[in-house]
Amino acid sequence: MSDLYHVSSSPHVRSKDTTARIMLYVILALLPATLFGIYNFGYRALILILVTIASCVASEWIFDRIVHKKNTIGDLSAVVTGLLLALNLPSTLPWWEAVLGGVFAIIIVKCLFGGLGQNFMNPALGARCFLLIAFAADMTNFVTDTYTGATPLAAMRSGEAVNTMDMLIGRTAGTIGETSAIAILIGAIFLILMGVIDLKIPGSYIVTFVIFMLLFGGHGFDWTYITAQLCGGGLMLGAFFMATDYVTSPITPWGQILFGICCGILTGVFRCFGANAEGVSFAIILSNLLVPIIEKYTVPKAFGQIRGEKKQEGGK
Amino acid sequence: MNKNMERLYNGIIKENPVLILMLGMCPTLAVTSSAMNGLGMGLSTTAVLVFSNLLISAFRKIIPDGVRMPAFIVIVASLVTVVQFLMNAYTPSLTDSLGVYIPLIVVNCIILGRAESYASKNPVIPSIFDGIGMGLGFTVGLVLIGLVRELLGAGQIFGFQVLSLNWFTPITIFVMAPGAFLVLAFLVVGMNFVRAKMEAKGKPLAKPAGCLTGDCAGCGHAASCSGKAIAGNAGQTEKKTE
Repeated sequence: MSDLYHVSSSPHVRSKDTTARIMLYVILALLPATLFGIYNFGYRALILILVTIASCVASEWIFDRIVHKKNTIGDLSAVVTGLLLALNLPSTLPWWEAVLGGVFAIIIVKCLFGGLGQNFMNPALGARCFLLIAFAADMTNFVTDTYTGATPLAAMRSGEAVNTMDMLIGRTAGTIGETSAIAILIGAIFLILMGVIDLKIPGSYIVTFVIFMLLFGGHGFDWTYITAQLCGGGLMLGAFFMATDYVTSPITPWGQILFGICCGILTGVFRCFGANAEGVSFAIILSNLLVPIIEKYTVPKAFGQIRGEKKQEGGK
Repeated sequence: MNKNMERLYNGIIKENPVLILMLGMCPTLAVTSSAMNGLGMGLSTTAVLVFSNLLISAFRKIIPDGVRMPAFIVIVASLVTVVQFLMNAYTPSLTDSLGVYIPLIVVNCIILGRAESYASKNPVIPSIFDGIGMGLGFTVGLVLIGLVRELLGAGQIFGFQVLSLNWFTPITIFVMAPGAFLVLAFLVVGMNFVRAKMEAKGKPLAKPAGCLTGDCAGCGHAASCSGKAIAGNAGQTEKKTE
């Protein structure tokens, strides 16, 4: 019998995209930043990345075994979480703290809330913030063989001049994956071309952030300063790879723009008025918490629905 | 098991206010950054709870139903003031670390909850034991949380350095606010796990009644409620109101 006559319930046309496939694209897109991080910070970065990924995958496997759930490490989401987390760690972090971060990301932020699709907060960022609060000294120690100074953001905060070209290429101190804006953009363009992410969230995020910094940054229309703020810290990585996480960002088009605006304003507030030079991770996870409310108020108009008319609800 | 022992068991295990009833969360989360603080908070609450149960139970026939809440508050507030002055005099350092949470014992829902659901309907002696049981249950919960947070967050137990700082990096998040939520959640998970195991073995730890009014007739959960201990109280309530 040919497929044409096969009787089944809808959907009849299926997309070829699977979770594993999309996660594979994300891993590929992260490769430029990862390779540059390893080139920049040496073998310690490589070891830290491998240890973090292994910790995430092992946590997911063990958790699934303990609670007798179907094994979900095949969808590669744990690998993506581990890779993203590692790119957000300084290369000097002791390995056992990275392992703890991986366990926290997978078990507490993701699996305890029901696994992939149920977590309300980006696991990698949740773990980064956990580590940032738990091991504040280790997480802000960016002194390596190559770099002894502060991160560009911290330097700008204390009024020093920074080299914007170095920040674009990534020859600065920082976490493993955040330093090179160009490497991240290459990955981001790949993701956009493959249709994995679109520009709504990162676009509204970055535009809002730029406007905020123009208004409150204290430097006016100083494009060197704005470019340095855009390339410094985790903003690029956060905007393209963390804020666009399917699970923890709104599903409605206007909601996504609103979400990006939230992230942008919060990042600006943390960078301008906060105690630390960096605030991307806290901004994104705080906005993650707003997602259910954003989605509730941005439901698009259904086809044929008259504006103002009450939506018909079945059942109740 | 006689009734007094039953009250102790009920307070410490079966209806542990921290791990099962989830009452008094404000001091539970706020002051348990060390085991010593948890112990101090638990014991001062226990002292207030025992005496408030005693007085409220003794006056239960005199206090008019309509103004019982203000009356309970006056009794509890007086006792808290006494405890606060005593702690100021004899344990000044503990008073400093507990801070505003000592006066806040007045509004601790365990104390008002026990007054409303037990002491105001039962004789004096069982009420005292109910206070001791609930107070010790609260103390046990607080000390457990405090122990874990202090050990992970500072490597100490009751102020003694047990994990050498030479090789142990304190996980400072545990002595801060998020640590309290994490540790409490995991202890509750542990408690539920034990309860599920006991039930599977056929020796169920009775489910918590989870009700504070003792008034089964007016309660929406009466059908699904397994709180037989409270059912006895409800009978007395009816008698009293008749």
